[in-house]
Amino acid sequence: MNKFTRLNGLVLPLDRANVDTDAIIPKQFLKSIKRSGFGPNAFDEWRYLDHGEPGMDNSKRTINPDFVLNLPRYQGAQILLARENFGCGSSREHAPWALEDYGFRVIIAPSFADIFYNNCFKNGLLPIRLAADTVDALFKAEAANDSFKLDIDLQAQTITLPDGVVYPFEVDAFRKHCLLNGLDDIGLTLQYVDEIAKFEAGHHAAHPWL
Amino acid sequence: MSAQTLYDKLWNSHLVRQDADGTALIYIDRQLVHEVTSPQAFEGLRLAHRQPWRIASMLAVPDHNVPTINRAAGIIDPVSRIQVETLDANCDEFGITEFKMGDIRQGVVHVMGPEQGATLPGMTVVCGDSHTSTHGAFAALAHGIGTSEVEHVMATQCLVAKKSSAMEVRIDGVPGTGVCAKDIALAVIGLIGTAGGTGFAIEFTGSAVRALSMEGRMTLCNMTIEAGARAGMIAADETTFAYLKGRPFAPQGKQWDQAVSQWRDLHSDEGAVFDVTVLLDAASVRPQVTWGTSPEMVVPVDGCVPDPASLSPDKQEGAVRALAYMGLTANTLITDIAIDKVFIGSCTNGRIEDMRAAAAVARGKKVAANVMLALVVPGSGLVKLQAEQEGLDKIFIEAGFEWRDPGCSMCLAMNDDKLAAGERCASTSNRNFEGRQGQGGRTHLVSPQMAAAAAIAGHFVDVSKL
Ligand code: SF4
Repeated sequence: MNKFTRLNGLVLPLDRANVDTDAIIPKQFLKSIKRSGFGPNAFDEWRYLDHGEPGMDNSKRTINPDFVLNLPRYQGAQILLARENFGCGSSREHAPWALEDYGFRVIIAPSFADIFYNNCFKNGLLPIRLAADTVDALFKAEAANDSFKLDIDLQAQTITLPDGVVYPFEVDAFRKHCLLNGLDDIGLTLQYVDEIAKFEAGHHAAHPWL
Repeated sequence: MSAQTLYDKLWNSHLVRQDADGTALIYIDRQLVHEVTSPQAFEGLRLAHRQPWRIASMLAVPDHNVPTINRAAGIIDPVSRIQVETLDANCDEFGITEFKMGDIRQGVVHVMGPEQGATLPGMTVVCGDSHTSTHGAFAALAHGIGTSEVEHVMATQCLVAKKSSAMEVRIDGVPGTGVCAKDIALAVIGLIGTAGGTGFAIEFTGSAVRALSMEGRMTLCNMTIEAGARAGMIAADETTFAYLKGRPFAPQGKQWDQAVSQWRDLHSDEGAVFDVTVLLDAASVRPQVTWGTSPEMVVPVDGCVPDPASLSPDKQEGAVRALAYMGLTANTLITDIAIDKVFIGSCTNGRIEDMRAAAAVARGKKVAANVMLALVVPGSGLVKLQAEQEGLDKIFIEAGFEWRDPGCSMCLAMNDDKLAAGERCASTSNRNFEGRQGQGGRTHLVSPQMAAAAAIAGHFVDVSKL
């Protein structure tokens, strides 16, 4: 997994609530048996005017010029600014894969769907929850500044605005540790092989039908 | 010991270890596997030279990509075919039990698991699929996980988790005619919103819940995820035991008695404390119809499409966008909305009782001329067989419905069953998101009887008045 430590990146505002995983990566792309290559189809139905299917040459498709992702000023954005309940819907990890493959490393929103939030950390993406009015302030600040960047420091748990204003954010200590060091969960868990085996033996003795 | 919730009991009985910050390792009893969210997990195992920890805990089935018609010809779409073949190959390689496409037991993973008795009270159940919450109907701790977690559970038999808060949704009272578990589920989502359960494990309690059949309980728990909660659950009781007895994966003989005596404790203790309790009177629930692009955008069938201006300010913009997408105008009577297609099936409403409820409405009637396609897709091969033994297939076919083979089908339209842009569908599935049933397609979520009634009338009708 990619490490995440610190990032100074361009912010892309996606001003809609309840953005679901079907919108982030439509189901026809879930047929892939790979983990990568979903970036060109992130937000496919909003981003292109024609219908996308796996295997199409996306450079030949009709772009929706009005969708925020396609505006020239947001090219190269690494921070996605979103509204409440971001990532709701299915458990598909293809959603964070698509966002990460597109180039995002941070998503800021007032709230996230639980499974999506979890999935982000497993893929080197940092989801940050901020109070709704803080997120609102960020949307306003972004709108007022053509190349609005934020500085995200995971170690310090801070977001710094271009004018020097700093917002702190919360992140679970374990997840922070894994993200900072690019640690694989499975490797970490396997440190506890003996504990798991011991638990399992007792569990199956007590519930022999399992 | 102090009074515990059902969730406390399930959590504590699977806790392998817990760090000071609350990060825990939870032991997993059952992992269900389907073709969409598993290939990358198997690949990860192979790359790291890891073996699955407990093959016997896994049970696999292809469901999302399988065709519901003309199966003898195999899967035509090469991309879908590769995904299903990849699942077959992975299961064969690792020795995992799989019900392949031609197997009578094949079906939507959340219909198949309980039907086989593979979901038992007191278990932890995971699957790379958000509707794993369905299995909580058996007093199990069941929730959807991502593909990295699928790999993690395969390799370690554990999940890294933090305990959620506990919410009780207590539903008392007797629902009126024409009101079923689906309507109650939609009413709960309408009440608390699609993010209302975020961060919570929900337990459904109350007399109306206890009165539900296992099928109804599964419908209710299935849609917990649409209320934002990863897990929904219901205490075990005689209804649970009666459903499970004799199923292939359920314990038999002396072990059955031993299991049942333990399962009797799987309920929240008297005086257990929930972080939040929400109350709903089942008698007040009418048949529900969603009008928008989120399951919380729902009204009773005798209501109207809302005027966005009448909603709270934070909901207005979303409502305007939803009405535009859905091609609806404010204040239209729900019963005036004409439909183009009907879908009866999915892990929400693809079980035998759902088939019966829809067939009871369709019996002796004809699908309306303006309805181009009315699909009935049983949730599994065994549901299909049972329905055919009861003659339900004939009722549907005579009425003009298509009777298909089991799978996810038009619930998410990964196979050929989909809506064209602008088409309007009465669907018994669980999500009405933009493009869910096909790009530009418009989904109205309803119960099986409401879907059948809409197919016959060509527009929504109040089944309680039939
Ligand atoms: S029926 Fe629909 S919701 Fe259920 S598992 Fe299949 S795609 Fe998912």
